[in-house]
Amino acid sequence: MIVVIDYDVGNVSNVCNAMRHIGCDVRLTAEADTIKSAAGLILPGVAAFGYAVGALGRISELISQHASEAKPLLGICVGFQMLFNDSCEHGLHKGLGLVHGSVVPIPPGRVIPHMGWNAVEFPEDMNLFSGLTSGTNFYFAHSYCASVSDDLAKVAYTDYGVQLAASVQKANIYGVQFHPEKSSTAGLKVLRNFADICERKAT
Amino acid sequence: MLTRRIIPCLDVKDNRVVKGVNFLDLRDAGDPVELGARYSQQGADELVFLDITATIRSRKTIAELVEKVAKNVFIPFTVGGGIRTAEQIDLLLRSGADKVSVNTAAVADPGIITEAAERFGNQCVVLAIDARRRKDARGKWQVCVKAGSEPTNIDVVEWAQKAEKLGAGEILLTSMDADGTKAGYDNELNRAVSDAVNIPVIASGGAGTLDHLYDALIDGHAAAVLMASITHFGNCTINDMKQYLAGRGIPMNL
Repeated sequence: MIVVIDYDVGNVSNVCNAMRHIGCDVRLTAEADTIKSAAGLILPGVAAFGYAVGALGRISELISQHASEAKPLLGICVGFQMLFNDSCEHGLHKGLGLVHGSVVPIPPGRVIPHMGWNAVEFPEDMNLFSGLTSGTNFYFAHSYCASVSDDLAKVAYTDYGVQLAASVQKANIYGVQFHPEKSSTAGLKVLRNFADICERKAT
Repeated sequence: MLTRRIIPCLDVKDNRVVKGVNFLDLRDAGDPVELGARYSQQGADELVFLDITATIRSRKTIAELVEKVAKNVFIPFTVGGGIRTAEQIDLLLRSGADKVSVNTAAVADPGIITEAAERFGNQCVVLAIDARRRKDARGKWQVCVKAGSEPTNIDVVEWAQKAEKLGAGEILLTSMDADGTKAGYDNELNRAVSDAVNIPVIASGGAGTLDHLYDALIDGHAAAVLMASITHFGNCTINDMKQYLAGRGIPMNL
C-alpha cells in the first residue's frame, strides 16, 4: 500500500486519482500508523514552501523515519522541494534535509512561473524514468527551483534558458519538480515506476 | 525548451458544454465529462472549464461536476466562472481543479488575487479578462465583467499589470470582439498584454484555422492558445494543431 500524505495543502486528491487510475492500492491520510505501515510514501504539495512545511508539522518526523528505513519516498513539486535543506521562499524555511541543496528563486530574465510542458533530460539509471526516453515532456508549474549540492544524488534537468533540477534520486528518496499526475501518459508512467519500486522493496 | 500550449475550453451551462458567438447564441457541444476525457487522451496540454451559467447556482453542484471531469483528466485543469471567495477556490481545488480563474470578483475586490496567491500559490491563480475594444480610443481595450455583460472603465493592459503585482500566476485573455467568430484572435490585444507582463498569457477568442493559432503565438506573443469551436465541432484535432505548429517551427509537446 502506498500512502499519499494528506496535510491540507491544495489538491492532493489528483495524485490519488492518478495512482488509482494505474491500478495502485493508495490511501490519502495523515494518520501515523497508516503512514508507518506504508510500503511507499508520496509527499505531494501545491502551496508556498513555508506554509507546506508548517502544515506538515510532526508528520515530517514520520517521513524522515520512513526514509531512514530505506523505504521509497516520492516528493512532488513543493513536496520535492521539501526534500532539501531549506528554501528562501517568503523568508528562510527549513526543509526535511534528506537531499543536500537549497530551494531558490528561478533566475530572473524569463517568464515566471515556469509554467507548461518542458523536456526532461535524465541519466539512464534513474529508475523513475524507466521505459521513457530522455527528452520527454512533463508539466511544470513553479517559481522556485532546487539547487542540488548532493554528490550522492542523481539529477535530471530541464532547460528554461537556465538548467533547472527536474528530478532527483538518492538511494530510496525520489523527487520530481514537475507534476506526474498532470503529465498525461508520461507522467502516469513515472507514477507506475514509483509503484513498481515500492512493490519490489516490499517483497 | 518550454513548449507552447494548446488549451481546449469547455464553456459549461446546465451541465452541458456550449459555445456561442460574441458570448451569445449558445449551441450545444456535448457532455463535459466525456469531452474532458477525450481532450486529455488526445494530447491537449491543459483543459479549461468555465461555468457560464447565467443564474447563481449552488457552488456544490459545480464542484460535483468538476470532480467528475477531473477523474478522467490527467493534464492541468483550470476551473472558472462565478468564483467570489477563497473558500470557493478551496472547494474547487479539493474537487480536482489545479488552477482557478477569477474575473468579476477580482475587479470588485483585487485583494482576492493576493489572498488566493498566498494561500494556494500564485501558479494556482489565473486572472481571466474579458476584453472589448474601445470605440473611442484606438489600441485600447476595456475590461468587461459579469460574463461580458457589463463594461467597466478599467484599461485591460493596466489591469493585467496590476494583477501580476497582486500575485496572479497567469492571464487568460479573451477578446469579446473575436470570440466565436472563427475569424482569428485579436493579436494586437494579445501582444499588448503579453509584452506588458512577465507571466504567461493565454490567448482566447476567435480561433478558426490553424493559421490563427500560429499568429496568436508569433504575432500575439502568447504563451498558449485557447479554443473551443474549432475542436468541439470536429474541424481539427489537437494533434492536427500540434503537428501544424511544430511544422512551422514552434516548440510543441508532441
